Amino acid sequence: MTTIHAKGISRRGWLRWAVILGAAAALPGRLWAAVARPEAAFGATALDEALAAMGATPQVHDGIQFTTPDIAENGAVVPIRVEVDSEALPNVSKVSLLVEMNPNPLAASFDIPPGTEVYIETRVKVAQTCRLYAVAEADGQLYMQSRETKVTLGGCGG
Amino acid sequence: MAGRIKIRAQKKGDMTEVKALMRHPMETGMRKDQAGDPIPAHFITEVSVLHGDQPVMQGHWGAAVSANPFLGVRFAGGESGDTVRVVWTDNQGGTGEGETTIR
Repeated sequence: MTTIHAKGISRRGWLRWAVILGAAAALPGRLWAAVARPEAAFGATALDEALAAMGATPQVHDGIQFTTPDIAENGAVVPIRVEVDSEALPNVSKVSLLVEMNPNPLAASFDIPPGTEVYIETRVKVAQTCRLYAVAEADGQLYMQSRETKVTLGGCGG
Repeated sequence: MAGRIKIRAQKKGDMTEVKALMRHPMETGMRKDQAGDPIPAHFITEVSVLHGDQPVMQGHWGAAVSANPFLGVRFAGGESGDTVRVVWTDNQGGTGEGETTIR
C-alpha cells in the first residue's frame, strides 16, 4: 500500500480505475450497452408489479410464438422458446420472460437491435405450476403471450 | 472467476444461429446450505452476443435463469468464418467469454 501511495494514487483511485478498465474490457458492446438494466422490474415480487414497472399492460398478440413444456419434470430447468413473426409484429426491440409464481417474476429481458431475428431459446427456473409470460415491446407498446407449465418438482430446491 | 462458454454458430439460410452454453451456478440467494446458512446470490446479470464488434443481442438476466445457462439466438447476415462472441458478467464481478467462427 505504501508504494502505491508513494506514487500518488490512492487505493480508491486504483479501485476506480480497476472498475473502469474492467467494465471496458468486459463490455465490448459498450456503445450499445447504454440500454440500462430494468432494475425496478427485476426487483418486483409480483407479476402485476413487474408488468407495471415495464410500462403498460400488455395485449395478447398472436404474432408471438411462445413454446414451453406443458409439464416440466424439473422446475429448475424449464426450456422455453420465444419467436416473433416480424410481419405480424414488426419492430420488436425487447423481449422479457416472466414466471408468474417465482419470488421475482421477471426472469430475463433481452434487448434486440434491428437485424436480429426475434428468436430466443433459454432455460429458466419455475418454482411451481403457474403461467409463463413472454412480453414483447414494439414501437413503445407491449404485447404478450402466456402459457401454463405444470411443475412436478420445484425450481428452488436445487 | 472467468467462465468458459461452449459456443456454436451455424449459418441457416440468410440467418446465423448461435447456441451458447455457459458454466455458472446461477444461485438465487434464497437457498441455504446444509448448515442452514444462506448461500449468497451469484448469477449472471448481463450477457451479450456479438457478431464481430457488432452486438446482436443483449440480455439482462435475473437469478431465475437456470444454472449453467443456455442461450440460443438468431441474427440476420453473417458469413462463414465470421467471429461470434458471447460475453457475460455476473453480480459478483465475474466475467466469462466464448468465441467461435460461423460454420
